[in-house]
This record gives sequence, structure tokens and C-alpha cells, in this order.
Amino acid sequence: MSGPNTDFDPVEVAAVSPAELEAARDAALAAIAAAPDLEALKAVRSEHAGDRSPLALANREIGALPPQARKEAGQRIGQARGAVNQALAARQAVLEVENEARILVEEAVDVTLPTDRDPVGARHPLTTGAELIADIFVAMGWEVAEGPVIEAEWLNFDALNLGPDHPARTMQDTFWTAPADNHLVLRTHTSPVQARTMLTRGVTDEAPIYVVCPGRVFRTDEYDATHSPMFHQVEGLAIDKDISMAHLKGTLDHFAAQMFGEGITTRFRPSYFPFTEPSAEVDLICFVCRGTGQNDGGSDACRTCRGEGWIEWGGCGIVNPRVLQACGIDSSKYSGFAFGMGIDRTLMFRHGLEDLRTLFEGDVRFTTAFGSEL
Amino acid sequence: MKAPVSWIREYVDLPDEVTTEVLTDRLTALGLKLEGIHAAGADIQGPLVIGRVLTRDPEPQKNGKVINWCTVDVGAANGSGDPQGIVCGAHNFEPGDLVVVVLPGGVLPGGFAISERKTYGHLSAGMICSAAELGLSDDHDGIIVLPADAGAPGDDAFGLLGLGEEVIEFEINPDRAYALSLRGVAREAALGFGLPFTDPAERAVPEVDGKAYPVVVEDPAGCPVFTTRVVTGFDPAAASPDFMKRRLEQYGMRSISLAVDVSNYVMIELGQPTHCYDRDKLTGPIRARRAHAGEKITTLDDVVRQLTVEDLVIADDSGPIGIAGVMGGADSEISDTTTSIVIEAAHFDPTTIFRAQKRHKLPSEASKRFERGVDPLLPAAAADRVVELLVEYGGATAEPGFTLVGTAPERPTIQVATDLPARLSGIDISAMTTVEHLRAIGAVVTEHGADTIDVTGPTWRPDINEPYDLVEEVVRIVGYDQVPSVLPRRATGRGLTRTQRLRRQVGRTLAGAGCVEVVSFPFAGEATFDKLGLSADDPLRNTVGLANPLSSEEPGYTTTLLPGLLEAAGRNVGRGTTSVALFETGTVAFPSDNGPAPIYGVHTRPSEAELEKLLEALPVQPQHLAVVLAGERTRSGWWGAGVDAGWADALAVVRRLADEIGVSVEVNAAARMPWHPGRCALITIDEVELGHAGELHPSVCKAFGLPPRSAALEIDLDALMAAAPDVTPGPRFSTMPVAKEDVALVVEESVTVAEVEAALREGAGELLESVRLFDVYTGEQIGAGHKSLAFALRFRAPDRTLTEAETSAARTAAVNAANERTGAVQR
Repeated sequence: MSGPNTDFDPVEVAAVSPAELEAARDAALAAIAAAPDLEALKAVRSEHAGDRSPLALANREIGALPPQARKEAGQRIGQARGAVNQALAARQAVLEVENEARILVEEAVDVTLPTDRDPVGARHPLTTGAELIADIFVAMGWEVAEGPVIEAEWLNFDALNLGPDHPARTMQDTFWTAPADNHLVLRTHTSPVQARTMLTRGVTDEAPIYVVCPGRVFRTDEYDATHSPMFHQVEGLAIDKDISMAHLKGTLDHFAAQMFGEGITTRFRPSYFPFTEPSAEVDLICFVCRGTGQNDGGSDACRTCRGEGWIEWGGCGIVNPRVLQACGIDSSKYSGFAFGMGIDRTLMFRHGLEDLRTLFEGDVRFTTAFGSEL
Repeated sequence: MKAPVSWIREYVDLPDEVTTEVLTDRLTALGLKLEGIHAAGADIQGPLVIGRVLTRDPEPQKNGKVINWCTVDVGAANGSGDPQGIVCGAHNFEPGDLVVVVLPGGVLPGGFAISERKTYGHLSAGMICSAAELGLSDDHDGIIVLPADAGAPGDDAFGLLGLGEEVIEFEINPDRAYALSLRGVAREAALGFGLPFTDPAERAVPEVDGKAYPVVVEDPAGCPVFTTRVVTGFDPAAASPDFMKRRLEQYGMRSISLAVDVSNYVMIELGQPTHCYDRDKLTGPIRARRAHAGEKITTLDDVVRQLTVEDLVIADDSGPIGIAGVMGGADSEISDTTTSIVIEAAHFDPTTIFRAQKRHKLPSEASKRFERGVDPLLPAAAADRVVELLVEYGGATAEPGFTLVGTAPERPTIQVATDLPARLSGIDISAMTTVEHLRAIGAVVTEHGADTIDVTGPTWRPDINEPYDLVEEVVRIVGYDQVPSVLPRRATGRGLTRTQRLRRQVGRTLAGAGCVEVVSFPFAGEATFDKLGLSADDPLRNTVGLANPLSSEEPGYTTTLLPGLLEAAGRNVGRGTTSVALFETGTVAFPSDNGPAPIYGVHTRPSEAELEKLLEALPVQPQHLAVVLAGERTRSGWWGAGVDAGWADALAVVRRLADEIGVSVEVNAAARMPWHPGRCALITIDEVELGHAGELHPSVCKAFGLPPRSAALEIDLDALMAAAPDVTPGPRFSTMPVAKEDVALVVEESVTVAEVEAALREGAGELLESVRLFDVYTGEQIGAGHKSLAFALRFRAPDRTLTEAETSAARTAAVNAANERTGAVQR
């Protein structure tokens, strides 16, 4: 081997023979194709395309050739080296892809391993249920009103046409705060919120009242599978010009369909509530048997409505003018409707709960089943 | 109210196609809600026949019992016509008596099949029945002995006993007191089907001559009408007729004696309570007056009752002989020697009766009717009906004379627009229909002018006083099912309030933090607070008390959510969920001591000042949030060991919550039960207390059955939400390169991280972007009583890349400040 021809004095050397060059090239190409992995290819690169490779050496000899031979030799060597470098790059790319794929295969895990590192929370269906109801009404342009659970007797009873000697007061077993002549009660219904709304907002043609009041209420019921001293109600109140029972029916039908599905409507039966006149009980077409009173097979009575085809849902009516009067609303100009139902009860039949107490026990297995949105 | 269908049909001729189901559906649509249809003995299978006892041979048994071997003539009912041999254990009958016999092949209530069987050495072929065995009553005192004219042996006994007779039970609303009688129920049935109604109260009564037992009404407001009639020659041993006993049973009352049964029967029939006095036990005229102070009475239930001056009593010269409209007195009671009877039928003021009944805790069938309102025209008819029945079944003679004192209060005349029912119902109801329906309920309707009528309700409808009351009457007859379904106009609502939205966000944040929401009862008492380890003078013990708590253990409304929450956590642990994170939001209450809440009138709106006074009297009732974290906060698993919940997790929840609603809170050490005294943080916003968080005291964990080191927090949610900004200003931040500097500072153990951090911030000046503690080290290299705190400081300028000199100067200033304030020395 010769060193570089530094003095540019042409030295007589034989040009690399085309046959040798081809052999070297073919050997390189064969080695490249045979390289099984990137490691092997690195060795092949060093051997066949490195500084000491036959083709590199041949390239170095070009300078020593007589000028007339340089061009032709340079072309041939350049072509050979080009072919080898191309093959190297192509093989490199193939092996890299293969390598990445292999790594991914090796990194495979058992995806069925549990992942429950962090505890999962949930919101109570009484909360999300009340929100669901509120949202149905907010979508209709209503607002959500609230009030305190320990309420003035006057707001809980008197203002709602339940005077001190009204027999209906005996229908509601009231928790009184001590001493009882403080005239404070744990509210027995969410109706005092209606009174508060009328008293504080009043009504004008431009600003009618359309409010829904969800909340916690209390009665001195013993605690069992269907009774609780604490439960939840939602009431609605609309005061506007020319409000009629038809509007009440329309609103409750819409509410029922949103809550229980399209086609679920309500029916009214005459009833009595001091704060409404006329008054009605609201029944709901059973959303399980859809009013037939029977299960799919038709052999058994529907469990949800006990074969009635209807479910008792709540009470409603046209706001008694006496209530409007106590709350400062001109009953000759405005009329209103009001309705109320138990949220607990609504959830019980909507979700097939058998024991009211599961709502208040705090067992996480109950609540987590409902997630964070109903 | 229970009404036999057959009784209803006596007053209204319902066609056959009006089955009981059709009838109840129609009555429900009119407002008499169906509770159930009962048919006593409907499941009995015959043959059930009348038998005549031919022989009765008592046969003592070895076990001391005496049985009767009887032969009974059952006519042709047994196929042969021969006497039937039956063993009977009862002794209240004699040969010749008519009895009820179930023959072999029959089935009694409860699937009790009757067959021939050998017993006590005889072949007993059937059974002589008692009322209890037939499911008619719980009267086990012997068998039924029928009246001599009940029928012939072999006659079917079903109809005779009213077996399988349908009785409708209604729920009667307070405004429909008239329906607490057959008169009222039948009237509704007639109304419902547009049929004529035969009023059982429409009867000829004697002229009022004041010659029956004398009456003095001293309180006409409490007792507007008082009538008396007298019968003599009454046979106190006379038995009540079977139909009467049966109907009383069907109503749910027991037969007691003829005089009492007649009074009850007439009350059920007409709705007018009456009372019978033994005339020989009365002295002087009957007076209706308020009780005198100190007076007492022994009522029929043999209880001595102290009367108040508000009680309306019926009295004679001896003193009170009854609490008017509630219960009679024992002294003047009908007895088994009574032959002369004074009958009282009166009308009382509903409120007076309601209050008396409440005062004496003595709700009765009479008070139930009087307090809701009875037809004031009924007393004459009711007294006359009682006389009639006592004469007919008690062998009595009606004495001439009829005393009636007072006049029935008149019904108000209501002026109403004829289109009001249409307007309020949304149904197309014509003026003619309105008038027609009002007349159908018994109202007197006269024209008042164009489109207006004057309406006077019937005397049995004291609930009809105002135009809207008339609307309900018209609409219920037209049918509530006719009300169309129309949505009201679209209101322009403002959506949820910010507080309402924030409250939802709080719930979602906590659920996102792995906490499960619970809802618990808010009742608390001393034992509750003892369990939390609160000191005797802890202000949380001062609850809003309940006058009538369900449990004497929990006589107040709670001041803290923790007891309910910790109970729930303990319940989960007890049920095997050993790692549990719970939260609750709810109202707590603190007494306001602003005096009793006023009671205002209801004819006008209270003034603003009055309203304010009312609201001030209410207890303070903030919404609180409480969280408990017990057991593993991060689970152990194939990934490695879990991490138990601790004080820091409770604080992390508070901070996360504050961050999510844009509030910054400060944390300082505190010592407060139920928390561990060294691991409790006071949380404040602008120095106002928000609540506490930390590890629970070991004794509290034990008391509630929670794992050691469980953590909890309770904060005032209202205060937290109030601190949330209405509008969050958009943040401004620099995009220039950041310069990071770490410093390790050695301080005494007692120095808090917050103090050091505050000093670093102060010292570093405006270029400081953030400080974060990333390590705490204690050990030999630091020296006893000291710790090393490692902070990462980030500096950034708004407008340029900081030079090394600037960063270094800021860092030095920060360290110097920390040194000056806290004695921190750089490691």
C-alpha cells in the first residue's frame, strides 16, 4: 500500500482491476444483505466501507494513478462505493425497523393487571338526583330557590294557609325546636321556600316566578324501610298571568318524560292541600310496565306499580289565593300553580331501591354504584 | 272511612253495570280516594247453612274440658235431611237455637277445609261456627247464635252474615268531612253517575217545643245548635240487631250495647255524632258551657281529666258530664239498668273541638267529624233517627217533645265569575256547565249580573267559602282527566347561581379526589359530642334543641357533620370496607338567641321590618363540608406498597378544593378535638376561620371503630364559596427563560416550613416566580433539634433573560431574609 501522493509526482501504479473492484463490491453487498442485526451491520460497515476497506483503499490509490487513468478509475470506484453505501443505508433502515418492533414485543405487559391504585369517589344519588331535576327545570327557564331547614313556624305553616287550628297540621308530624313557643320548626316540606320566594321577589308582568326548590325536610316518622324522619322534596312554583291547571299538567308531563322517558305522562286526582285549591294528587304512568300493570309476560303484576299501572308521585294544585295574599301577591292579577314530590321516593322507584335506609347508611357500595352523575 | 257497597246502594240506585270497581274509580275521580276493597269471608266455600240445634249433650273429657255432642237440623242441605252430628266446644247455646253450620266439603278462611272426622269418640260431620272462625270479627266468645227469625234450617247463611259483602275503604281528605258518613259517600256516588240521591237525613221530625230534656247553651259560639230527645221504657238488655252489628263490624267498630251501637250507627249513617245519657243520672238542665277552672271529669275511658277554661263541656248541676264533641263522661253513661235515655245531638265549633282533642290527646270518632265540620242542620234528623232505632230495637217509647236551642250557622254567599273554572283549569267549561255542577253538589246558585253568579254552598260543605273552592267542585265533576297539557310561556331564567354551581363543583372535586358522598341524619346529643372528645364547655355542644326529638339521646340539631360521617365510616369498616374515604355536605345549626320567631297575620304581607325580624329569629345555619379518610389512601398492589391516609391527605383535600374554586387558604397549627393535638391544622381565609383538618385523635378513631391515624376535616362551605372570586382576572406570565436555584437551609425543629417559605419569598423579591419545598432531612449531619429544608426557587423577569448576577443576588437576598427571620443557615 502507498501513502498519499503528496508531491503530485505521478507514480507508476497499477489501477485497481475492474474484476477486483467488482469482487470487493459484491463481497460488501453480500455481507450487508447477510447482516442479521444492527450490531452485525456495524461490523460489516467497518469492514467493507470503513477506512481500511478494499474500496476505501482503492479510492485512495486513485491519486497515485497516472492522470489519464484517474477519471476512469474514479468513476468505477465511485460507483462501487455508492452501491455499497446505498445498500448499507437500506439495510440499516430495515434493521432499525425490525429492532424497534422487537423492542415493542419485548416490552409487552399483561394488560389485565389491576389498576385500582387510587380510590374511586362518587356523589350521592340524592344530590345528583336533585341536580338532575333542577337541570330539567333550568332548561325550561326556571330558577332554583333554596331556604333553611330550621324554619319559622309562620313560613312553614301560617303563610301557607295552615293556620294554628288547621286539621291538616295534624297530618304533618312536626319536629319543633325547644322551647316550642320559639315558633321554629324543622321544615316539614320545602313549601316555605315558595313563600320566601314570593315574599322577597314579588311578581310583575316582566318578572314572573318560575322556581323549583329541592331540599331536605323532616317529619317525626319512625325510621323503617319506607319512612324516614329526614327525607328530600322538590317543589315547583309558577306565578304568572293566566296560569291554569293546564300549565301545571304540561309542566309535570314534561318533567315526567325527562325523568322517566318519552311517553311517560301524569294524571290528576282530586285531593286536598291547604296551600292549593283546586288540589290534585299526581300519578305517573308506570315507566316499567308502561301502564299495563303487568310484566312483559303478562302473567305477573308489575312489581314497580304493584299492578296499578300508575305510581303515586306527589301533590299539586293551583296556589290558594290566601297564600298569595299572605305573601303580598295580587291574586286578582296573577295566579299560580305549585307541585311537590319526594326525591327519595322518586329515586326509589326510578332505580328500584327496596329499602329507603340504604340512602342514609353511607355504605360506599351503595353510592359508588351510582357514580357521579345520574 | 269504610262503606259497604250494599249500604251505599240503599241511597242511590246504582245500575248493575256499576260494579264495585266502576264505583270506586268514579269516586276516586271525584276525590274520595280508594284505600282498598275488603270482603270479609269472601274466601269461605260452602255449604254454609243455618242449623237448628236439636240436642246438646255435654261430655266431660279426661283433660278437664267439656265438649258438646250435638245433633243439628240442617234441613236438606246435607242431602239426607237427617240431623247432623257435630262436636262443639262452645257452650253459649241451647237446643232450639239457630246457629251457623259449615258442612263437610266447606272451606273456612285460611284454607281450613272441613271434613267428617273422628274426635272425642264421635264422628263429627261439620262445624258450628263462631264469628272469628268466619273472619267476621276477632270475637272468640262462643259461636254465633242467630235470632229466631233468621231463617229456616238448611237456608244459605252467606247473605245473612254479610259474608263476601264488599266494603270500600276510602281515604277522606280534611275538606270532605261529609264523606265520613254513608250519607256523604252515597251522595258522591249519585253525583258521579248523575243519579237521584235518597237523603237518609230527610225525615219528618217533631215540632220544636222545648219540652224534651231542658238545655241551656251558655256558649253559642262554641255550640251553635243543641238538641235533645227523650225515650223511656228502654230495655237495657235488648240486643243490637244483626244488621247493625254487622255494619259496625264492617266499619271497624265493635258492638257494645244497643244504645251505644245505635249512636255509632247513626253517626256512620248520617255523619252526626250523638250521645246518650242515662236520664236518671242527670240533675238539672244540660248546659253547654266552658269548663270552670279546676273542674275535672272522668271520661268514658275511665280516665280522670283536668279541664281547662278553654274546654267546651256539657254539664248538668253536678258539673261536667262530657267534653263536648270529644268524649262523654262516665257518671252519666248508659248502664245495664238504664231505662230512660236523653239523646244529645249538637253542632260544635270545629276549632274548639280540634283544640280540646289536641289538649286531651283524645282523638275520637266524634271529634274527627266535629273538627272537620258537620252539617249543622243534621242534629234534628240524627236525634230522631236514634229515637227511631231505640224504639224499634230497644222496646223504648219516644217521649213527646223536642228541644232545639240555637240556630245553624249560615253558609256564606260567594260571588264568582262564571268563567273562573274554565280560566283556572284550562278546560273549556261553559257558564251553563258551571251552574249545573254547582247545583249538583247542592249549592244554591243565582245570577248576580252578566257573567257573575252568587253561590251558597250546601250546609254539609263548610269547606266551600271562596271562589277557588267552587272551581275545584266544578272541575272535579267535569273531570281532572279533562285538563289539557300545555307548557307555560318560556320564562327568562338566569340559570344556576354561582353558589349553586360552586356547590356542584365541590362535590365533583371531592368525588374526583376519591371520596364517596354520604347523607346522614343531623341529630346529636351529649353522647355524640362525648364520642368526639369535646370538652364539657365546647361551644359545639350548644345545639338548637328539639322539643320532640325521636331519641332522647339525640335531642338537638347538630353543630358538626363529623359524628354522622365518622359513624358511616365506622359502619363501612365494620362491613369489611377497611379503606374508606367519605364526604358530606349539609346544614349545621347554631342557636341565634334572637327570641321567638313572630307569628304574623295572613291577610296581608308582613312589612319588610317584620320579615327581617322573622328571619333574624332563625338559627344560624351554614352549610358545612366534612371529609374522613381511613385506611389506605393509595392502595397497595402489584405496583408496590400502598400509602395510608394521614393528616397531610386531609389538608391536600382542602387545598385542592380551594384551588379548584380559586381561593387561597392559610394553614396554621392548632389543637382541637376531635383531632390529634400535634397534627391538626386551622384553616383560615384572610384570618377568618374556615375549619380544621388533620389526623383524628387516637381515642376518636377507637370510639368510631376507625383504623389508627385516620384523618378528617370539617370546614364552613358557605365561607369557602363566599371567598371565591366572582370573576377570575386572567393571569399574566413571562415567556422569558427561567432561572432555577436550589437552597438547603438548616433551621431549628420548631421553625415551620411556612415561616421559612414566607421569609424566602419576602427576601427574593419580585423576580421570584415560585418556591417549592422538595425535601426535609433530619439526621446526624444536621445535628439534634434541627432539620434541613431544601427549596427549589424559580426566578424569572417579565422582559429579559436574567443574568447570573441578578439571579444570584436574589437568591442571596432570599437566604439572608430566611436567616434573619428564622435563623436559617445555608448548608
